[in-house]
Amino acid sequence: MTKVSIVQFPGTNCEYDTQYAFEELGAKTELIWHKSESIPSDTDLLVVAGGFSYGDYLRSGAIARFSPVMKAVTEYANNGGKILGICNGFQVLTEAGLLPGALKRNDNLHFISKHHHLKVINNDNIFLKKLDNNDIVNIPIAHHDGNYFIDEDGLRELNANNQILLKYTNVNGTNLNPNGSVDSIAGISNKEKTVFGLMPHPERAMELILGSDDGRAMLQGFMEA
Amino acid sequence: MKAIVNVSLKAGVLDSQGKAVHHALDSLHFNGVSDVRVGKQIILKLDETDKEKAMADVTKMCEELLANTVIEDYEIELV
Repeated sequence: MTKVSIVQFPGTNCEYDTQYAFEELGAKTELIWHKSESIPSDTDLLVVAGGFSYGDYLRSGAIARFSPVMKAVTEYANNGGKILGICNGFQVLTEAGLLPGALKRNDNLHFISKHHHLKVINNDNIFLKKLDNNDIVNIPIAHHDGNYFIDEDGLRELNANNQILLKYTNVNGTNLNPNGSVDSIAGISNKEKTVFGLMPHPERAMELILGSDDGRAMLQGFMEA
Repeated sequence: MKAIVNVSLKAGVLDSQGKAVHHALDSLHFNGVSDVRVGKQIILKLDETDKEKAMADVTKMCEELLANTVIEDYEIELV
């Protein structure tokens, strides 16, 4: 059985949704408080969940990245462990240098909270392998600092290594950029395809009655190692 | 000794807050402004009395925490 460990900072608020989502898919889950200096040894996937962290003072994720658990998270990543950072979790992973680039204030300066279509750009990884390239999924976004920035060299490298996972589009797959992200990027991975980060919330798209269950196909990828 | 650290988005990184403030100034008819950048100022009270050491310490703080050098530049002033 897949074991999913979920990191919880003061201010995290998507840990229970994440827990629900993975348990729906048949995983067992465990929450890890940010003061923990280790992560469970049977962890198959570590999720840095969304919400906020330490008030997001200074910059989103800037303080969380120095909390005790992050040392263990970095070590886990360096040993090839699989990590998924959602929303604030994505911000924390970029601040920690586990993913390239940074997340800036949305260009329109608004907190954006709505369903948004995303296009699968690279499915050659454990995360999106249940989807096909160019598939469109409908997933909620809810962020103020989701404007992904990377310089031109960095972008070239992301493209060369197939590290761009998802882009913001309309329902037909044409780029539609809600927040100003470079190249409409919504999610990326590291070079090794072991650390994943995205601003949208697949764990909030698990039930049709709540607008979309497209998150299932995304998270399902992690269920078969 | 005090260190005044100014952190702002790098030139070339779109500063949407600066743009919004610029727009507001325009609508108030302050027409002589060609660019606006919004940053943040962090003021540190230091125990260190040696300026060189203080500068080295604060530089390290900026690199590790106070600025995200992927998108931000910082300036340090010791007073």
